[in-house]
Amino acid sequence: MMHGKHLVAVGGVLTASLVLAGCGGTKAAVSNAQLNAGAKQVTLTITANAISGGKNAQEADWITKYVIPQFEAAQKKKGVDAKVTFDPNGVDDAPYKTKISLALNTGGGADVISIDGIWVGEFADAGYIKPLNTVVGKDVAAKWSGLSQINPAVQQVMTYKNQLYGIPDGTDGRVIYFNKNLFKQAGLPTDWQPQSWSDIISAAQKLKSLPGVTPLQINAGSAMGEATTMQGILPLLVGTGSPIFKNDKWQGDSAGLTSTLDLYAKIYGADKLGDLQWQQAANGRDQSFAAFAKNKLGIIIESDYLWRSVINPSNGTAPMANRDTAVGWAKIPAETAGTGVNGQNFVSMSGGSGEVLNPKTKYPQQAFELMTFMNSAAAVKARLGNTPQITARDDVNSQVLASDPLLSYIAKDVLPITIYRPSLSDYTKVSTALQNATDSVVNGTSVANAATTYQKTLEGIVGAGNVFK
Amino acid sequence: MPETSSNKEDARTSVRDDAERQTRQKSTHEDEDVVGLGKRRAVAFVAPALALISVFLIFPAVWTLYLGLTNYGLTGSQALNPQFVGIDNYVSALTNPAFLNSLWLTVLFVFGSALIGQSCLGFLIAWMMMRVNKVVRGVVEFFVLLGWIIPSSVSTFLWFALLDGSSGTLNLLLHTPGTAWLLRYPMWSIIVFNTWVGTAFSMLLFSSALASVPPSQLESARSAGAGAWAQLRDVIFPHIRGHILTNTLLITLWTFNTFTPYLLTAGGPDGRSEILPVFIYKLALQNGMLGQGAAISLIMIILNLMIALVYIRLLRTKEQ
Repeated sequence: MMHGKHLVAVGGVLTASLVLAGCGGTKAAVSNAQLNAGAKQVTLTITANAISGGKNAQEADWITKYVIPQFEAAQKKKGVDAKVTFDPNGVDDAPYKTKISLALNTGGGADVISIDGIWVGEFADAGYIKPLNTVVGKDVAAKWSGLSQINPAVQQVMTYKNQLYGIPDGTDGRVIYFNKNLFKQAGLPTDWQPQSWSDIISAAQKLKSLPGVTPLQINAGSAMGEATTMQGILPLLVGTGSPIFKNDKWQGDSAGLTSTLDLYAKIYGADKLGDLQWQQAANGRDQSFAAFAKNKLGIIIESDYLWRSVINPSNGTAPMANRDTAVGWAKIPAETAGTGVNGQNFVSMSGGSGEVLNPKTKYPQQAFELMTFMNSAAAVKARLGNTPQITARDDVNSQVLASDPLLSYIAKDVLPITIYRPSLSDYTKVSTALQNATDSVVNGTSVANAATTYQKTLEGIVGAGNVFK
Repeated sequence: MPETSSNKEDARTSVRDDAERQTRQKSTHEDEDVVGLGKRRAVAFVAPALALISVFLIFPAVWTLYLGLTNYGLTGSQALNPQFVGIDNYVSALTNPAFLNSLWLTVLFVFGSALIGQSCLGFLIAWMMMRVNKVVRGVVEFFVLLGWIIPSSVSTFLWFALLDGSSGTLNLLLHTPGTAWLLRYPMWSIIVFNTWVGTAFSMLLFSSALASVPPSQLESARSAGAGAWAQLRDVIFPHIRGHILTNTLLITLWTFNTFTPYLLTAGGPDGRSEILPVFIYKLALQNGMLGQGAAISLIMIILNLMIALVYIRLLRTKEQ
């Protein structure tokens, strides 16, 4: 009997001490901006959702073949032995975010981390990232010359509660792409610019007569994650009048939401204008890209990512040999002319990404130096190579965008009418609720039921008082 | 002849039982140091094992219990300062149709792939392999074992290639182009897949169990005119009942907790193959609601314990 008691006591003490240790572990340590500032031996790690030969291959190759050797050489000249490694990833955004959240939560993670701008709020609230002023010191952060080249609107991508948390590396815009060859075959104009949702539907109905062609892809369902929100429900929702977050309230079961879900029901239910399986399958988005690249998909709403990184004939993940002649684009119309947000006829959504520093880095100054080096004009130009992209830097944009017709179109015609997502930590949960609403609708739930469920979920997330209809 | 041999065996068992009973009685009489270690050294001997159990079993369970009472999140302010929410997580789980749906799918999954699929198929193969020659037996066992040996990431990839809608092998064989099996029959797909993966274990366990059935008894049953079913019912099953229970307990728990189907269907489409482990993964890690995930994990631990208890009870009654 005595044995038993002893053992229970030992186990109990162990458990208790571990529980306490666990509690202590989540508290963030006070950071010291000057930690190891004069070190002669420096090791740094960069991580991004990019991998050589796969997702964002160009970015991955740029980091390993340009950033790391150039930075290490520059440091050597200063007498510092810097060793930089790259931790690549090639997965969907959600698992990448989970991975870096878990790493930062447990005190690990790379020193320079590439994140989506929309995660800044939740990461900051969780204490996973800290304002640059705190991590590297006010004087150092403000002194970086590159900041003046970044438009204040674009700086917002990495800003939360008026504090800059990182350096934005670019922004984007959404348009409605169409395949001119298929349009010609279906007797549609190749300089198409839909003026309303019904224009999109009627074009899709004509495309339906072409054998083996899926007329229309507007992302739906939860399998695509944020791609459903950004390329699907949000560009539609802003076309009905209100953004998802307005006057400190979130949009609930509104008339706009109902018309948006009605459109989904029409496309994937009654009219069968889209491929339901793409919305359900785990790799459905890739399947839709592959179909578009093979001239088997008529219309798709996407960001410039599709053009430069997916169907790019030289280095895309689904190269489209005839991209430059076959692909047309237009602005996304509001539900009907003038019903868009701010009374606009056309709408778009934008996001952006950037790099942040791990507040627990052993070398805050050197990590900041690496991050600013990655965002210098020369490095940004090297990242683009022959594939222009809307960067965060005005000086680079003015030199590179002119050569690409789509990107200059987005910079000139789309960015002035675009909307950014709210940089709030509840956003991703609201986004998931929106995805689930479309998921239910395309799988046969009535729009009314899906909208009611969404309203209930939303109230659970943000509180009933913070919802508008 | 057979009768004598079984009598002998009975005699032997009763002798062994007596011996055991005696040792048991002895040890209860002397509530002291049988091994001669002394209390301190005895504690020192079990301490490492206890420490391991504490670190890897008790602590996570207690931690899960604690997390389940908070709104701890993966990101946002709930990650930094989780609030105590009492039993809210449990209430919202038990009233959440998605959770109840997931629980039901898990029951179907365990019933279909573990009890019906793995157990029955494993037994059937083991039973048939009793009467074939070594070569055939070796080949069959090798192929069944493959499902068990191949790493799950590789085998799910192979199943993907088999079941894919646009260029899957199954569609080519059945001349059903364009049928996306994983989307149209998600539950069937993961049940068949999991049966394929796990049958090897049941087969191996039942093979060795069948080997312990005295051939003399089978022979006498046969000479008495017993058919296959009668042999199974009256000779084989009574001998391997313990094995059946052990096998069922193990594969039920494994199947209940397996995450591999996620690699095949990711719980979709629209939650139609979202068994509990997948449900928890999505809730806790994809949606970042760690507190809710912990609450449901604890519900799962309790369900596991209940399953284990039922089987252990059954095993005990059998022994008595």
